Amino acid sequence: MSGQTVPADFSGHMLDLDEDEDLEVFSKNISLTDGNPEPNSPSSMVNQYRLEEDDEQQHDANAKDIFITVDNPESHVTAIETFIMYRVITKTTRSEFDSCEYEVRRRYQDFLWLRSRLEENHPTLIIHPLPEKFVMKGMMDRFNNDFIENRRKALHRFLNKISEHPILSYSEHFKVFLTAQELAPHRKQGAGFLSRMGETMRAVANSVRGLRSRPEEFTLVQEYVEDFSSKISCVDKVTQRIIKEDREYLDELKQYGPTYTQWAGLEEELADPLKAVASCVDQCSKESEEQINHLSEVLVPTLHEYVLCAETLKAVLKRRDNIQTEFEAKNEALASRKVDQEALQEEVDGLADRMELANNALKGDWPRWKNSMRTDLKSAFISTAEKNVDYYEKCLAVWESFLLCQKVEPSEQRHGEDI
Amino acid sequence: TLNSTCCQWWYLRDAVTLLRMRPGSPTTSVEGMMAQDGREELPGTDDDPENTGSTLLRRMEICVAEAEKRSGKNAVNMQETFTHADKCSPDSLWRRYSEFELLRNYLIVTYPYIVVPPLPEKRAEFVWHKLSADNMDPDFVERRRVGLENFLLRVASHPVLSNDKILYHFLTEHGWKEAVCETGFQAKVDSRLRALSATFRVRNPDKRFMEMKHYSDELQSHTSQLLRARARVADRLYGVYKVHGNYGRVFSEWSAIEKEMGDGLQSAGHHMDAYAASIDDILEEEEHYADQLKEYLSYAEALRAVCRKHELSQFELEMASQDLISKKQQREELTTGIVRTFSFKGMTNKLFGQEAPEQREARLKLLEELIAEGEESVKEKTVEREEHVERAWVDMQRFKEQKDKDLREALISYAVMQISMCKKGIQVWGNAKECFLKM
Repeated sequence: MSGQTVPADFSGHMLDLDEDEDLEVFSKNISLTDGNPEPNSPSSMVNQYRLEEDDEQQHDANAKDIFITVDNPESHVTAIETFIMYRVITKTTRSEFDSCEYEVRRRYQDFLWLRSRLEENHPTLIIHPLPEKFVMKGMMDRFNNDFIENRRKALHRFLNKISEHPILSYSEHFKVFLTAQELAPHRKQGAGFLSRMGETMRAVANSVRGLRSRPEEFTLVQEYVEDFSSKISCVDKVTQRIIKEDREYLDELKQYGPTYTQWAGLEEELADPLKAVASCVDQCSKESEEQINHLSEVLVPTLHEYVLCAETLKAVLKRRDNIQTEFEAKNEALASRKVDQEALQEEVDGLADRMELANNALKGDWPRWKNSMRTDLKSAFISTAEKNVDYYEKCLAVWESFLLCQKVEPSEQRHGEDI
Repeated sequence: TLNSTCCQWWYLRDAVTLLRMRPGSPTTSVEGMMAQDGREELPGTDDDPENTGSTLLRRMEICVAEAEKRSGKNAVNMQETFTHADKCSPDSLWRRYSEFELLRNYLIVTYPYIVVPPLPEKRAEFVWHKLSADNMDPDFVERRRVGLENFLLRVASHPVLSNDKILYHFLTEHGWKEAVCETGFQAKVDSRLRALSATFRVRNPDKRFMEMKHYSDELQSHTSQLLRARARVADRLYGVYKVHGNYGRVFSEWSAIEKEMGDGLQSAGHHMDAYAASIDDILEEEEHYADQLKEYLSYAEALRAVCRKHELSQFELEMASQDLISKKQQREELTTGIVRTFSFKGMTNKLFGQEAPEQREARLKLLEELIAEGEESVKEKTVEREEHVERAWVDMQRFKEQKDKDLREALISYAVMQISMCKKGIQVWGNAKECFLKM
């Protein structure tokens, strides 16, 4: 960590240079919780209001001032246990960071800690999920290479999602996670086990009591989340099934090609075309394998994350409800009790503020999440469709080159015209 | 009645060419034939000069046009349509599958040196999906119809088989069954036992035939392996395509709860439904490819039959030769009194004394007769064997050329099918991508 500090606002300094885009790199995003001064670059202000537009990606690329990568998983062996450490590299120009580059080692538990801290401090923000602790079916081995690689990618996405969040990326815990060489001392601080227990018990009590009246907009969100959850789970299952069927098809294809080769050994004139067909089938098998891998690497993880998101959303809605319930409970108590009015009033006011903050946080985060979901899924589906087109195009080329070798003119083809 | 064999072959070959053309197109384009005026220039047939400009030309169009299910015996019947210039035969006939079998059996027995074209399968085999196992399935019936037509065309265009009178009866008369039974071919069927024992006991079969027999075994094995593997691949591919139909359903439901994404998702879902539906036609077309392979799987059997016939004729010749030799030896013993080989008669002579000279004379005379018969028999069987070898070799060469040509075409048509499938895939996923872009 060097002693350099990056000035808060370059805009005045950089105005002499060419594009406004250069300014964007050094201007700050407005966040709701910390009281940073408004950036005085007009174009960066314009950008704030363009959050909802389609070219959000463009905007992010222009405004992004923190870059995080998760890589290099390594096995760590101690006396008690064995676990994987991931390398987390951060490059940033933000002023809150003392240096512009950090490299730390983190394990899965550390990520869990970070996320639960974020959830505690921002109970009604929608925080991207982490990859699951264990995989239900199939993999028994936590140290299986595919499992580790999938987890690494998901952790990478998690940190990047946090860094893109206008509020969460300025969290102190996030900064500590990215910068502290040793996380252990920090993990001991903050809300402990007991307070979390208390919160859970209050939540149970509140759910027993029931909600008086949920604001309409949150009821709509609730309904949406239930539907979305079932739909996205279904899409996830269908995709898994497709992969399974694809793999079985590939297995049969691998046995099919050789039957042509074996036959070719028996023939004279026919040997060449038979061998050529075998080779075509073989090449198409390879393309099929690639296509399956693409599905597993692109569409499946994205769908899976949004299945987990659905669960996160349900939890967020529940927490919001609890906050409202707590306020209502105390508010009612205030109405009925004659004594301790002043003290109670203060408490109720506090809870009212808390409720309003929670509602606003969710209200603000909801469209952001929806847009992010749309963008992510859209991109994954497009990528899948493109890969499928690519697969068919490659297979087409394989069979057309076969026809060429057999010196077949297009007019000789029986089914000359396409449908 | 028919004209010379050469002429008829030409007519029937012509019928084949006619059929390959689209219905309704003018026939005059085909090599200067089939005019309405009955006068034709025949292609140079030097050994048949009186046919040039012959008067009566028959036009025979052979096609197996329809299949009809007759409920009584659950039989499927085929209808054949013919057109004759002279209109002396019925325009159409009904034939059952079993009648085709009868015709084929007749041809096999009558022309044991010919690789007789096979019939399409009676029952669906190598099915890729359990549904197709039904013999009454309209797709199966249709493919069988095509197969029967193909059989007739192959027979009618064969240089030897096309001249057969029973074939002509089959194609033109209601009462063909009587005709075929009158030939008494059923009596000439080689017993399986004899054929089998010939295979084991023959000493000097023609090497080329043994190689052919080995080839036919291998061909059968490889084609059936290929067909089995293809059926399994088809089954799996069916599964892949059909599962995508679920995307259609879910996207449609999901689009109902989305605002911005709704349209894109819904239309993408429709393309997924189209994708899932497309596999049915794709695989049905592939069945035609499978049928072409199945034909040659069956042809392998026919080829083997010709080789077995050779083994039998060779064996019978060997047996006859052997028998003649032993009879000649017996004669020698009788005349010279020298016993070369052990014989029961020789032993009894030693034990009980020699027979009387009259008896010996009688026996000698009988032997001479038998030897004369035996020599005739050997001559006959030698001719049979030689003729069979000669003719069979010619037909096996013809078969080989036909097989190479047909199968190469089949492989090419398979590639064309794959290309068509790929193009459909590109289209569907390209469309889906456009929909996703609108999300």
